[in-house]
Amino acid sequence: MKSLRIIRPTAQVLRAVTSSASSTATGRQYSTSPPNARLNIPTDFSTTPILSHSSQSALRNPELSAEVRNSTTKRMNLFQAINDALSTALATDDSVLLFGEDVAFGGVFRCSMNLSQNFGSDRVFNTPLTEQGILGFGIGLAAEGMRPVAEIQFADYVYPAFDQLVNEAAKYRYRDGTNGRGVGGLTVRMPCGGVGHGALYHSQSPESLFTHIPGLRVIMPRGPIQAKGLLLAAIASNDPCIFMEPKALYRAAVEQVPVSSYTLPLSSAEILKPGSDVTVISYGHPLYTCSAAIEHIEKDLGLSVELIDLRTVYPWDKETVLKSVRKTGRCVVVHESMINAGIGAEVAAAIQEDKETFLRLEAPVKRCAGWSIHMPLLYEKLNIPDVTRVYDSIKQVTEY
Amino acid sequence: MPSIIPPIPTFRVMNSHGEMEDKSRPPPDVTNEQVLTWYKNMLAVNILDTIMFETQRQGRLSFYMVSAGEEGVTVGSAAALGPNDIITCQYRETGVFQQRGFTLKDFMSQLTANKNDPGKGRNMPVHYSGKEKTGVHAVASTLGTQIPHATGAAYALKMEAQENPTDPPRVAVAYFGDGAASEGDFHGALNLAAVRNCPVIFICRNNGYAISTPTSEQYRGDGIASRGIGYGIDSLRVDGTDIFAVYEATKEARRRALEGGGCPILLEFMSYRVSHHSTSDDSTAYRNKSEVEGWRTHDNPISRLRKWLENQGLWDENQEEKTRNQIRKDILRELVTAEKEKKPALSAIFDDVYEELTEEAKEQKAEMKRIMLKYPAEYDVDEYEGGLAGL
Repeated sequence: MKSLRIIRPTAQVLRAVTSSASSTATGRQYSTSPPNARLNIPTDFSTTPILSHSSQSALRNPELSAEVRNSTTKRMNLFQAINDALSTALATDDSVLLFGEDVAFGGVFRCSMNLSQNFGSDRVFNTPLTEQGILGFGIGLAAEGMRPVAEIQFADYVYPAFDQLVNEAAKYRYRDGTNGRGVGGLTVRMPCGGVGHGALYHSQSPESLFTHIPGLRVIMPRGPIQAKGLLLAAIASNDPCIFMEPKALYRAAVEQVPVSSYTLPLSSAEILKPGSDVTVISYGHPLYTCSAAIEHIEKDLGLSVELIDLRTVYPWDKETVLKSVRKTGRCVVVHESMINAGIGAEVAAAIQEDKETFLRLEAPVKRCAGWSIHMPLLYEKLNIPDVTRVYDSIKQVTEY
Repeated sequence: MPSIIPPIPTFRVMNSHGEMEDKSRPPPDVTNEQVLTWYKNMLAVNILDTIMFETQRQGRLSFYMVSAGEEGVTVGSAAALGPNDIITCQYRETGVFQQRGFTLKDFMSQLTANKNDPGKGRNMPVHYSGKEKTGVHAVASTLGTQIPHATGAAYALKMEAQENPTDPPRVAVAYFGDGAASEGDFHGALNLAAVRNCPVIFICRNNGYAISTPTSEQYRGDGIASRGIGYGIDSLRVDGTDIFAVYEATKEARRRALEGGGCPILLEFMSYRVSHHSTSDDSTAYRNKSEVEGWRTHDNPISRLRKWLENQGLWDENQEEKTRNQIRKDILRELVTAEKEKKPALSAIFDDVYEELTEEAKEQKAEMKRIMLKYPAEYDVDEYEGGLAGL
């Protein structure tokens, strides 16, 4: 099974994919769009409003402390922001350890570059190729008060460790009761989501499988600023955290990131763009798709759309979502992973269950997500919600 | 070819007559008081098991698991560990808890799930936890998952020792059965421990059965000890009904585990599961009574040590009778007392899932309270500490 993890080609093609948006290179690129497409055009990460392209916009965030807001920023992509967060955590807390498959040389996605050299091979090290072993080991460390950050190379390979997550990490504090031993120091990082050509085992987004496990916090950042702040919050959290990194953004998403150490709140959604007619709820990579679709539909139909980033998908910020939907009366939930029993199911159910919000609903809640299939190599673009599908979903709930 | 390699020999100190197997060997390096404590602890576990098994049969407990035949393994090995070593258990290690300071009240609080149970009544009986008293992780029903926890704990202890070189060094210990050693977690734990040089002792209780499955259907290699070699882990097979051998092997394993910054050791303690697997199992459905008899009488850790004590003039029939009666009386008294205690407060149902109650938990707690207030006749809340106010 593991022989299929072709590390180098993945990284190389990933670079090709993420740079294709701005290049006019000859030869076929994976992400070319149909010649007459108006909506399904690859994200231009250099102009997207999702990212902070200037130091000023990065430091304007009221969630940052005054001290951080008065400091400086540095241009970073997502993997560099994660590397920066890990470096910060290792430097400030001796109990932080980083391990997993191939993390010592920098990681197959470069997230742990130079960390083993800087912090020593006792604190940043490779493990044998065993996901259940890695998480079992991490739980043992966390139970003794350490803050282990374990890496699962791809979210697609977390399943051998599922027993350790479901039956051990999540239940540890509950079963120990007043003895007070917990494994809250544990953070599990994993690259997730489609990358253009990852097919069945390098594309999965299993977040909803984790959201059915009480005891775990499940987090997915949308870009470098969020990645740094949320990862530092996850490492500091006294609950075990699953930190899912959209791998397609590792190199593609670049923004100005505060240089100082900072955390962003867990279980707190963020209104990325205020609006009054429709609420679009998403997290991770599809936020860029949503943003592009919203730009088009606001122009085409004269709508005002509110965009919400859940950031933590469990325990999630229901209040921010309900408040928004009570205002707009219409709602679309967008995610990459499949529709069935996905995050959209939980969000939609919570919206209809809330008496006050139910009465304000003007249209059924629409789920725009991956089809209920496995990620097929050739058809990834037709599986993950694209700008057209998000555009059409917003149109549907508006015209209902 | 594995078939032509001779089996790993079994280390033994005392024969079944309670005499030194090798007369030229010096006697075990332990005091009479130590040995008497071990004996009484083994007796206590055995009598506790008998009474609690019956208590379950009377419907007063939901579940129980005895460890008859394995008292020597758990008491003897626990006695050889340092007071602050970290232990992860499977579930048949009552002797470890007994040897490391659990009182009858501790046992009974957990078994009856009363308000004094640190697990707040959330776990099945026999799923003891004792961070404060014993350094043992809370027991989970999942097999094998606790083995890599010991590896991780050992790595934490190793790092701690580097930072505080003057503190007495510690090891981590994982107990598990021969069946659990077939789980993938065993493999991950041993391999990781070897590669990361962790000061951890893996203790396998090979008692011949995993519920109904005999070892002939569990593995084809030379037991569990032979696997250690493949991981680069020093391994030893020991007669688990000989408490002196168990003690000496564990003590030496601990010494070696701390050598050179950390080194995992695998111990395979051979014994026999004399009893049923649990109160939910009737072992006569898959094995002969005659097979059990030899182990119950001849190769039994308690009778073997009793013979030793009698040979040394440290024990007699009168003391045996008196001690057994006292233990039985103490257990019954504690059981009745524990049964009379209130159950933990209702709030324990939602607490400790996260460090703090989530918004969702607060909503669900309020909903539960609403239902209980609306349909008071449907819920018996008086048995919980504080009644409905405890929610």
